[in-house]
Amino acid sequence: MTEATATFDVRRHGLATVVDIRGDVTAGSEDVLMSAYDAAGDVRTIVLNFTDLDYMNSGGIGLLVTLLVRANRRSQQLMAYGLSDHYRQIFELTRLDEAVGIHDSEQAALNAAGVA
Amino acid sequence: MENQDQANDTSVASKQAGARDAAYWAKAVSRLSVSNVPEGAINLNVTGKRLAGPIQGFGKMWQKTYQVRLPRERVSAADLIATWKQHFPDFWPEGNHFYAPLTGIAPGEVALLNMALPGRMTLSTGVMVLYADDESFTLMTPQGHMFAGWITFSATERDDQTVAQAQVLMRASDPIFELALTLGGHGQEDKFWAQTLSAVAAHFGQPTAKVDTSVVCVDKGRQWSRWSNVWHSSAIRSTGYMLAWPVRTARGLSGRRANG
Repeated sequence: MTEATATFDVRRHGLATVVDIRGDVTAGSEDVLMSAYDAAGDVRTIVLNFTDLDYMNSGGIGLLVTLLVRANRRSQQLMAYGLSDHYRQIFELTRLDEAVGIHDSEQAALNAAGVA
Repeated sequence: MENQDQANDTSVASKQAGARDAAYWAKAVSRLSVSNVPEGAINLNVTGKRLAGPIQGFGKMWQKTYQVRLPRERVSAADLIATWKQHFPDFWPEGNHFYAPLTGIAPGEVALLNMALPGRMTLSTGVMVLYADDESFTLMTPQGHMFAGWITFSATERDDQTVAQAQVLMRASDPIFELALTLGGHGQEDKFWAQTLSAVAAHFGQPTAKVDTSVVCVDKGRQWSRWSNVWHSSAIRSTGYMLAWPVRTARGLSGRRANG
């Protein structure tokens, strides 16, 4: 449960950085996720791509909250796309959707952020 | 190319069939409801409330981690979590009551909490089981709870040890609870969870096992836009309920006399 089995690949896209999430996101993913966030740089928007997310437990949701706090502290907005219906429901259940903008595609997220 | 298409098809099919974690998460709910109120439990501040996570809270955000190490030969991580789920109320410090759902700690179930406060007052609130698998389970708080957030109970095996952990990610719900936490509430909470983990350790024959506590302030900022959460305060509503007890009792007695 604590080992990192997710990867977070960073792509710069103008004033935004897209983070491609793959695998299982748990509390054990903290170091790799925070490294990816540091690599994202001083951009205006961080877009999380959940298309290849395989598994996430409550520890993983906790990490996203911590990431959100860090992003807010740097006046960055956090957005997400590629969430399956199941993970959208989890975002709603945990009320993470009130702070993270959820979109259907990368382009929609970038458009909403005004950085496309 | 054909292989790539097949891989994509499999991925889509797997997503449509449901994620591997789907059975572990509670289903989405807009408002909480309590189906069975156990005898002796006060059911206040739960029914009709929304869940509230750290994002919806008022105070500073804290991550508090409490850990106790047990010999792995005594208990595996999975067995520890199974026992913790089964006996969850028994491990709580005296004077506090966790009324477990009839079906136990399972995703989506709601439990009532009656917590001891100074002056023989009782704080009535509850939690919902947000997530539960074989190695962890998470309880999430409703509006009005002393804090907005969740507590994850987990167990992991490291070398020859099984580490039992309770981790709280929280903000005080409103300015009154924030003040209370600052004026000794945090210490009380640390003591509460340390006692709980000690009870878990004692259950597995390790009553003197040391509990390690780690407290990190994730966000020093307060969310002043959330000050109105005080409207839902379980402390205020519980106090009102307790103070009105003589009136309710008198009304009950006069009603019975009138009917009898």
